[in-house]
Amino acid sequence: MQQIFNFIIRNSNRLLFLLLLGISLALTIQSHSYHRSKVISSANFLSGGVYEKINRVNEYLNLKTENDELVLENARLKSLLFNKEDTTKLPPPDTIKGVKPADIIVSKVIHNSYNTHENFITLNSGANEGIKPDMGVINSLGIIGIIDNTSPRYSTVVSILNMRSHINAKLKKSNHFGSLTWDGKSTGFVQLEDVPRLASIRKGDTIVTGGQSVIFPEGINIGTVDKISTKANTSSYVINVKLFNDMTNLGHVYIIKSRDREELINLENKKKNE
Amino acid sequence: MNSALLVNILRFIMLLTIQIVIFNNMNFLGYISPFPYILYIILYPVNGNKAGLIFSSFLLGLTMDMFCNSGGIHATACVILAYYRPYIFKFSFGLSYEYQTIKLNDSLTPERFSFILVSVVIHHIVLFILEAFEFRFIGDILLRTLFSSIFTIITSIIIIYLIKPNKR
Repeated sequence: MQQIFNFIIRNSNRLLFLLLLGISLALTIQSHSYHRSKVISSANFLSGGVYEKINRVNEYLNLKTENDELVLENARLKSLLFNKEDTTKLPPPDTIKGVKPADIIVSKVIHNSYNTHENFITLNSGANEGIKPDMGVINSLGIIGIIDNTSPRYSTVVSILNMRSHINAKLKKSNHFGSLTWDGKSTGFVQLEDVPRLASIRKGDTIVTGGQSVIFPEGINIGTVDKISTKANTSSYVINVKLFNDMTNLGHVYIIKSRDREELINLENKKKNE
Repeated sequence: MNSALLVNILRFIMLLTIQIVIFNNMNFLGYISPFPYILYIILYPVNGNKAGLIFSSFLLGLTMDMFCNSGGIHATACVILAYYRPYIFKFSFGLSYEYQTIKLNDSLTPERFSFILVSVVIHHIVLFILEAFEFRFIGDILLRTLFSSIFTIITSIIIIYLIKPNKR
């Protein structure tokens, strides 16, 4: 017994080191699996609050570009409104083009990372506003990512610039679809994989979200085809997609709260159980 | 002794603040950002409490992870650096370092520079290996370690000169 105590006292620093190393390595490994409940995330009171303060300063510097974008979007929405066939009719609830019945929550990016392989964005609204994990996040130009974690007032988003994100996407002109991933290289480009070679694709074609996921409604802009290459030994293309969004400069975003989501998930679970 | 503790706590908070507010937002060429917050571990008193250093380094890294959404990579890198710090001292200053009064925040000698260099490189290589987590990115890991180390060393030396106490 005496020897055990002596051993512990003699090696207390080493034991402390090994204990803390174990904890931090466990946190690291856990953060590298996609389906997780993250323990250490920036959606909490301390870091969310600090990022909100920093963002308040940064916002003033970006007011001009933010205004320009809002004016452009206003113009687009106005043109939709004026080109309606019958203006006396009430507009249907899905006024955003291509969006199925869905609620839109407006939020603001308070922290955005884009210099690592797994990037996350922090938003200044959370569960209090009705945000839940696995909701889609877009802005006026295209998709941004998927909600990962929420706290009462903040939430984190898995950016499309995250090597673990897989989003269903398709060609706008045909219905050939693939899976949108990121190779970790450039912040302006993502990759669309598993598109069959039967599809006729040209440089400059538009890529939009596909209707196969319950996260994003069909037809939200992503980007244009930049480079087409074939994967060795497979019958599919890998397409380099140039994003419409500048992921290094994000302001206000919209969170899509699909009303069909729960119904769809229940239906699919039922199918699996049978 | 008490004032040393106070200086350390202040240094902990100040370095963390400037790291989060300023240096985390610096992205040279899109992916290079300096991490001068590890100056806390480098500047910790040579004969200070070792368990205290390891534990506070863990907290330092964990706070960074919270702000960077990075799981535990900063915590791991910081704990490893804190534990191996005495060995790096031995490497840079020779065997009898414990009997010398080493003041790191003093003018730059080759020994001090080599100590900072080795510490920064060890921290960064652990950090970037854990961040990528796959060996097919080995080229990317080495590139990031090289450039980020250069920037961290430059900013660290500038900070050391800025906060150098003017007692003499």
